[in-house]
Amino acid sequence: MINIFMHFGNQLLVGLGWTLLCSLITLVFSLIIGTSLALLQMLPSKLVHFLCRIYIEVFRNIPLLVIVMFFYLIIPLYFFKINGFTAGTIGLTLYTSAFIAEIIRSGIQSVEAGQLEGSRSTGMTYWQAMRYVVLPQAFKIVIPSLGNQFVNLIKDSSILAFVAGFDLLYQANAIASTTFDTINSYLVVGILYLLLTMPLSYYMHYLEKRLS
Amino acid sequence: MSMIEFNNVQKFYGKFHALRNINLKIDKGETVVLIGPSGSGKSTLIRTINQLESIEGGQLIVNNHDLSDSKTDANILRRDVGMVFQHFNLYANKNVLENIMLAPRIVSHVPEAENKQRAMNLLEMVGLADKAQNMPRQLSGGQKQRVAIARSLAMRPKLLLFDEPTSALDPEMIDEVLQVIKKVTMASEMTSLIVTHEMGFAKEVADRVIFMDQGHIVEDDDSQAFFNQPQTERAQQFLSKIIAH
Repeated sequence: MINIFMHFGNQLLVGLGWTLLCSLITLVFSLIIGTSLALLQMLPSKLVHFLCRIYIEVFRNIPLLVIVMFFYLIIPLYFFKINGFTAGTIGLTLYTSAFIAEIIRSGIQSVEAGQLEGSRSTGMTYWQAMRYVVLPQAFKIVIPSLGNQFVNLIKDSSILAFVAGFDLLYQANAIASTTFDTINSYLVVGILYLLLTMPLSYYMHYLEKRLS
Repeated sequence: MSMIEFNNVQKFYGKFHALRNINLKIDKGETVVLIGPSGSGKSTLIRTINQLESIEGGQLIVNNHDLSDSKTDANILRRDVGMVFQHFNLYANKNVLENIMLAPRIVSHVPEAENKQRAMNLLEMVGLADKAQNMPRQLSGGQKQRVAIARSLAMRPKLLLFDEPTSALDPEMIDEVLQVIKKVTMASEMTSLIVTHEMGFAKEVADRVIFMDQGHIVEDDDSQAFFNQPQTERAQQFLSKIIAH
């Protein structure tokens, strides 16, 4: 194990970097897209609601690998060139957004209806009421599930290995095939994944405690 | 000049006819109490006035806004129409002071220092200046409702709606809230409409009493006349039952 760290340190660092970058991009954009989808579903328009549901059901119910392969293989065929990292990150973002949309929606729905009515009765618009009163409460309720989803997202970023995305798992595959030391290669990246996910888990726990 | 005008207003919940042919005019500055048995449509009626409920027929004009016109902006209407709810509906994520200051800040853009001064004056008025930094969950029911009243007054409404403001309170807290409502309705030029089951209080503050049953306005009379000599049998029955215990 130490050997692998010593000899492939640079390669592993590169892998860690791509995994981290993919996870950060996915986290930010899936939070934005997911929250928007959750809010759009609350609008009175049946059509908007229907479109959001389609998006969520489609991306939630197709394996991540299939979604990523779609972007990696189909998009370049008909539209434009796309590298593995971009395809993987787009796929992961769209996939994770669907789950986050459901989490935020359940959060919004568990905030008492009176909170929205109380805000609206003072002349706030729907969006103001959401922004200042309902969403802050909804986020607080869903922090544990959101934390789970963030950890999942970091682990799911290993999908990049299948589309030449240069992430941690991709490097592990490469190291294993040059050294034939499969056990230690995967042990090392396992530890590096833990290094990413554990602090996040602890931070979400801390947030949960601090806000309650 | 009338503040509220219902002309033949209808409201349905699915097949249930919640408001039937409502005709009602409330003048500026009046304090009107709305009473009647549960399910008679009092809360529905009061909630149509700030468009928390839509209406399905007839015409409803509030503070010169025609609510039967789909182009009417409910947000603009609501700036001048405050509401106090049965379950308070204080913002659970904001402290008492912020509850009062939020709408003036983001809806009417009152300068921060002035906003705070006004909020503190209102808290003083409802006797809760020392609770400014507390969160709503740290207050008793009666205190929450007094804060909610201060919050609705912060927008300086021309019309204030009270939807059963004391129904969710422990008995010993009812009085503190009624005292504040009395102070508010008597001191100002504001128009108020109050749904309540507190008959003694109704008698005291109301200029006029409206009695509803099964979606109809059954009786509409000045307070004295109504409590001394209700005209309809239904109202007599209702009063005798309520006053009996």
